[in-house]
Amino acid sequence: MFIINCPFCGEREQSEFKAGGEAHIERPKQPTELSDDEWAEYLFMRKNIKGIQFERWNHIHGCRKWFNMVRDTSNDEIKAIYKMGEKPPVK
Amino acid sequence: MSKNLRVKTSKFIDETYRVSFKFNGSKYFGYKGDTLASALLANDIHLVGRSFKYHRPRGIMTSGSEEPNAIVQLHNNSERTEPNVRATEVEIYEGLEASSQNCWPSVNFDIGGINNLLSPLLPAGFYYKTFMWPASFWEKYEYFIRKSAGLGKSPTKADPDIYEHEYIHCDVLIVGAGISGIMAAKTAAKNGLKTLLVDEKPNLGGSTVYQNSEHFKINNQNSGSWLEKEINEIKKIDNLDIRIRTSVAAFHGYNFLLARENLTDHLPIEQRKNKTRQKLLKIRAKKVITATGSLERPLIFDNNDRPGILLSSAIKRYADLFGVACGEKNIFLTNNDSAYETAISLIQKGIKVEAIVDNREEIESKLLYEIEKNNVKVYKGFTIVNTNGYKKINKVSLMKLSKDGQKVIGSKIDLSCDCLGVSGGWTPAVHLFTQSGGKLKFREEDQVFIPNKYSSEQISIGACNGDLTLEDIIENTPKYLKEFLNIKKTDYDNVEVFSDENKSKRNIWLLPSDKILGKTKSFVDYQNDATAKDIKLALREGFRSIEHVKRYTTTGMGTDQGKLGNMHALGIISETAGTKMGEHGTTTFRPPYTPLTFGTIVGRNVGEYFDIFRKTPMHEWHLKNKAEFENVGQWKRAWYYPKNNENMFEAVQRESKAARESVGILDASTLGKIDIQGTDASEFLNRVYTNAWSKLAVGKCRYGLMLNEDGMVYDDGVTTRLGENHYIMTTTTGGAANVLGKLEDYLQTEWPELDVYLTSVTDHFATISVCGPNSKKIISNVIPDLDLSDENFPHMSFKNTKIGKINCRVMRISFTGEHSYEINIQANYANSVWEKCMEVGKDFNITPYGTETMHLLRAEKGFIIVGQDTDATMTPIDLQMDWIVSKKKYDFIGKRSLYRSDTIKDDRKQLVGLLTDNPNEILEEGAQIVADVNKSPIEMLGHVTSSYYSPNLKKSIALGVVRGGKNMIGKKLIIPMENKTINVTVTDSVFLDKENKRLNA
Repeated sequence: MFIINCPFCGEREQSEFKAGGEAHIERPKQPTELSDDEWAEYLFMRKNIKGIQFERWNHIHGCRKWFNMVRDTSNDEIKAIYKMGEKPPVK
Repeated sequence: MSKNLRVKTSKFIDETYRVSFKFNGSKYFGYKGDTLASALLANDIHLVGRSFKYHRPRGIMTSGSEEPNAIVQLHNNSERTEPNVRATEVEIYEGLEASSQNCWPSVNFDIGGINNLLSPLLPAGFYYKTFMWPASFWEKYEYFIRKSAGLGKSPTKADPDIYEHEYIHCDVLIVGAGISGIMAAKTAAKNGLKTLLVDEKPNLGGSTVYQNSEHFKINNQNSGSWLEKEINEIKKIDNLDIRIRTSVAAFHGYNFLLARENLTDHLPIEQRKNKTRQKLLKIRAKKVITATGSLERPLIFDNNDRPGILLSSAIKRYADLFGVACGEKNIFLTNNDSAYETAISLIQKGIKVEAIVDNREEIESKLLYEIEKNNVKVYKGFTIVNTNGYKKINKVSLMKLSKDGQKVIGSKIDLSCDCLGVSGGWTPAVHLFTQSGGKLKFREEDQVFIPNKYSSEQISIGACNGDLTLEDIIENTPKYLKEFLNIKKTDYDNVEVFSDENKSKRNIWLLPSDKILGKTKSFVDYQNDATAKDIKLALREGFRSIEHVKRYTTTGMGTDQGKLGNMHALGIISETAGTKMGEHGTTTFRPPYTPLTFGTIVGRNVGEYFDIFRKTPMHEWHLKNKAEFENVGQWKRAWYYPKNNENMFEAVQRESKAARESVGILDASTLGKIDIQGTDASEFLNRVYTNAWSKLAVGKCRYGLMLNEDGMVYDDGVTTRLGENHYIMTTTTGGAANVLGKLEDYLQTEWPELDVYLTSVTDHFATISVCGPNSKKIISNVIPDLDLSDENFPHMSFKNTKIGKINCRVMRISFTGEHSYEINIQANYANSVWEKCMEVGKDFNITPYGTETMHLLRAEKGFIIVGQDTDATMTPIDLQMDWIVSKKKYDFIGKRSLYRSDTIKDDRKQLVGLLTDNPNEILEEGAQIVADVNKSPIEMLGHVTSSYYSPNLKKSIALGVVRGGKNMIGKKLIIPMENKTINVTVTDSVFLDKENKRLNA
């Protein structure tokens, strides 16, 4: 079970958090302009990487804030945590 | 009368404290400090169980948690009964009752033993191969297989014991209190670190603490005495927490470990009252030191499983720690020095050692010289090819090993014995290390896997790290500790160690025999009866992955998880396949290391605490008025209120009629309520609901439908504009938490520029819904100051008002199609308002109704329930709710998905009404809907989602989803049931008051 360093609350148990899937997938600003394929790309397609993955987490049983995490899925090492809207650290 | 094999007083046993216990119904005696295994052995009992598949007689094999054979049922038929308990771990207490498992009628005469004779017919995969065909017969086979298989019996009564969970945070956790664990604990604690030391046994010191021989010295003292002083010292250290009888079950990532602490299992049952039986320790350690030692390996030869065959180390432990001889004529089979150490220990106590059979040809060892001095014959370069004795070993046959160890040569020598100790060397106990994600490497010279790469702040020390001799442990442990704990010195930097043990070993995974392999029973996994032959068969049949061989042969899949035999399985696979050992890796060691009881896992979360429930402020009133309850999410909701022995159907019919004819009252407090404020609140609602919100006037209510981004209906509810920048949203009861989460997600991540604040107020306000033609009379009585005229207070509007001095919000909204009001009031005042409504409603036969009547009433009006009439595949268009989807809005959540190629298809399942040809026939919810029963296969068009008998329409009504249903109005369809088919007509989904006249009645 991870220890996650919430950018607003500090280190907490994983059981206080909820994972929210891949990060940095922005909702299209003009969905009506998109073809079915382009919309499907946004809607359904997610990466499932063995290795470095950028993902969203929510401190659901704490401050309820969303933030981003860089995690190595092969060994669960958390490489970085940063707030929504902040730039991801370079690999 | 059985023999007494207690040979010598041991300081670890209290011989002044005699304990009586029962095994298989007979009474025996042991001493305080005995395990069930040591007490049985002292009574000359080896045969304790039958093997799983062949029902072969099996005896005690080890002295610890790795025991595969001696697993027993405790307190059979009592509420405290427990199956699959290792006799080697149970400490005896007055009144203990244990019995053998997997045998009938008794362990001495077991009918299932016939399987042993049939064993040529029961190879690996037998069950898979035989009972595959015909597939439809599986259910019949399964019944008999399950009956003849199975180990112990699970308890049928509630567990009377108390269990707890404890969270522990420490600087250093040390798992295992053998010599290296003790050294680590003292070093960590003396350096001021908050230290926790756990060990599964009731005493500290591992196997060194009873090592009492001139051949093993530390600082010129016998190693056992030296360690005992260390133990006495660490017991005095304040910042060192020592937990005995504590077995680490799991080592998870980020140094999170689960351990089970046994607190009362060693006490007589009458002394356990009101005490916690076991604790689940949830340990978060900054650093973990694993010092779990090693497990002795058995050897694989024909008939290596008879009672009376034990690990050499176990024989030593029984003699040294418990003062018990496992036999009176002992023989050892070994490939290393360990068996000599045991033999010397036995000789010291006057126990006879007949011979030692050593696979090694040339042995340079001081231990060997001492054995030979005692006139014990040592057969060098020999192996055992067979054993005899059905219920206990009585003879072994030896032959000379060829130079390459692949064959046996010469003639057979028979020796009689009553106990055989085997030693195949040592396997580091790396289970926890690998559970934590560590990677192993293979050490060629002595054929062991040892830790290589760690996944967290941890190290392995001592035997589990491959330091298998006393010398290596004493020399290496201080070095590892200094580096890991970042300290300059330890108390052990200048300790002198002396040992006569020689490290040489002749490792042969499968010992050769004079018989062909097919005629031998060389067990690799004792508990699951997997033999060397089975493993080779699996390879011949094409299995290569160790994980596949494991599952096919069931090697390592028993309750002991193959702690003894897994290495041999790997060895035999690599030898047969001609590959190198390290290449195959190992099977995955999974938690728990030893089995956990369910009680420990759930702790205090039992009974009413198993799954907590939420109550509305009127809960007590519902109880008093005999409501039946329904679980909705975590809520208990009043379901219906039976009167005078009514059944559910009768009660719901009465409640439904009353609500339409006069007035009904519903506790709607469980609906989710989200307070929305901010200058962008209207814009926010525009984006999350399918319909438009900007023009909703203050004081008005509007129904909204919320979609997922994929266009499917997610939730619905009425939202009210309380002020210019202030709304209150209601959600479904079950969806409340998820809706709030979803809205927060969009606000924080997609639209952070919006000035909107969300607060859940579900628990703060209670909601009382009063509905029916007489509802107005009730409200005017409860809130006399409120002008209820249609002009002042029309349908879909709200008023801020007061009841007495208490502020409340009244909405005129309706989920039943009747003229109705919802009073929202601070939760702690709600019950009195409810009771007031009941009181003033007496003259109007005010009738409390539950969720079932609510569902019936809304179905009459064709209103959907999200989650009942919808699943995650229904768009608003499928629900024929096109009217609520704004065409003008540029965007809202899910809009783009409503015209994907899939969502615009005509033949999607669409919501329609269904009327049975026979108006008294009520459809079953979930029933399939078809058009043609003669077609094969029958094409399923959809299913019934809601179905009721409507007392107001006096006929059965139903809602259902039907492929292309929108264009089927008037069409006849069929509901096939088990014994009949029901004819229905597709209709519009609104059955009652299509003109909405009743809303203003």
